[in-house]
Amino acid sequence: MRDLTNEILELLRRASSSLPPDVEKRLRESVEKEAAGSAARGALETILKNVELSRAQSTPICQDTGTPIFYVRYPVGWSTLKLKAQIRSALAEATKKSYMRPNAVDAVYDKNTGNNLGGDDFPYIHFEETESDDLVIELMLKGGGCENVGRQYSLPDNSLGAGRDLAGVRKVVLDAVQKAQGQGCAPGILGVAIGGDRGSSFVKSKEVLFSEMVTRNADPKLAALEERLTSESNEMGIGPMGFGGKTTVLDTKIIGLSRLPASYFVSVSYMCWAYRRRKMTVRGDEIIYD
Amino acid sequence: MKQITIPISDETIRELKVGDAVALSGIMVTGRDAAHKWMIETFIKKTRAPQGADLQVYEELKKLLNGSAIYHCGPVVSGLDTQEYKFVAAGPTTSIREEPYQADVMKHFNIKGVIGKGGMGAKTLKGCEETPGVYLHAIGGAASYIAQTVTKVHGVYKLEFGTPEALWVIEVKDFPVVVTMDAHGGSQHAEIDEASKKVLDNLLAKPF
Repeated sequence: MRDLTNEILELLRRASSSLPPDVEKRLRESVEKEAAGSAARGALETILKNVELSRAQSTPICQDTGTPIFYVRYPVGWSTLKLKAQIRSALAEATKKSYMRPNAVDAVYDKNTGNNLGGDDFPYIHFEETESDDLVIELMLKGGGCENVGRQYSLPDNSLGAGRDLAGVRKVVLDAVQKAQGQGCAPGILGVAIGGDRGSSFVKSKEVLFSEMVTRNADPKLAALEERLTSESNEMGIGPMGFGGKTTVLDTKIIGLSRLPASYFVSVSYMCWAYRRRKMTVRGDEIIYD
Repeated sequence: MKQITIPISDETIRELKVGDAVALSGIMVTGRDAAHKWMIETFIKKTRAPQGADLQVYEELKKLLNGSAIYHCGPVVSGLDTQEYKFVAAGPTTSIREEPYQADVMKHFNIKGVIGKGGMGAKTLKGCEETPGVYLHAIGGAASYIAQTVTKVHGVYKLEFGTPEALWVIEVKDFPVVVTMDAHGGSQHAEIDEASKKVLDNLLAKPF
């Protein structure tokens, strides 16, 4: 089996320092919507300068290089044990090279490991065997500020008048956006999972963020709700960084899951504007990054 | 944009109002969760005995922070092996986590500027009036850009907290921030929270 440590190191460098083009495009479109001379416009302009600078220098877009979340789809015959070891060693190397900040802190003893390697859960790696001949590794870096403003609701939620239907889902998601204010580094991107148990619901609300900006859910009902949530969130006037303004949410992505008859969870994962996700594909001898 | 140099006088602070854009220069100190908890427990409430070089660090911090700013930031720093430190990425972290501590820390050390992101609550706003001081909002996530304004790393305290949590003494030139909480009780965060809540209530009342 091929050793991919260096290629994964390159994936980490790209994820941390180079914002995906679809996200950058969306941010550029947003600048024009904010009033000239406003703090909101100033914030977006600084954000875009930072995006360019980070890419040119290979330095982190954000100093909080987040929780590294890996999704690995591997053809039959690859060893997940070896892949995991390679991912971990690439992450430690990326930390040495200052592409990543040492971010793994033992929660009981308050000790930062210094190399970004925590227990079995840090980094988070999801493996799935596929029938394809390609090995695909997707990586998302999700910072703590935006992770902290994520919320999970159990419907019905009487305080919001939210019942167990899409009308109720709309209400709780809007509530989550209002409560987040600028603290998740607005403008944000919303990952919403409807259903599941508490655990799977949160996991899927992040997984849905791997899809490209403005790709709508195949279900027209959910696609319409995605668009409505983005536009209604922007009516709240929270704006970039919470400075006030028109751009609070850049996009919304929803996934519907199975639930138990007794449960109806809605999980909202808030992704900051520094929406760092990158993908590498191993096809034969070739490595493709996009 | 107003140019302000540390140390900052009470008079300069009182002139600042919510919405003012400021380019800040001078020597400041980073400090976030572990640092605030440690300062409160060891030197302010004294519920924990000083350990190691804590008392010496305290004396030095008193001089550094007097009239200066504390920056809620967990940087990416290169040169850890050689101690030739350089800030590689240094945007602000979410400030509200320091809400239980910030006002007391400001008053104790006479800190004029609290720099972070997301704003803070009523207790800190009162601290801004009493110290007097201001809350300065930096652009969250603009880490490479802000790191360029850090011209020198003078040193570091409590590195045992880990790189992100240590207290880094840095010199900055034209660090761009916006005043979002002033010394006169003004808070942009409280205003926007209230206004957005009204919009939310209207949206919730709409039929689906």
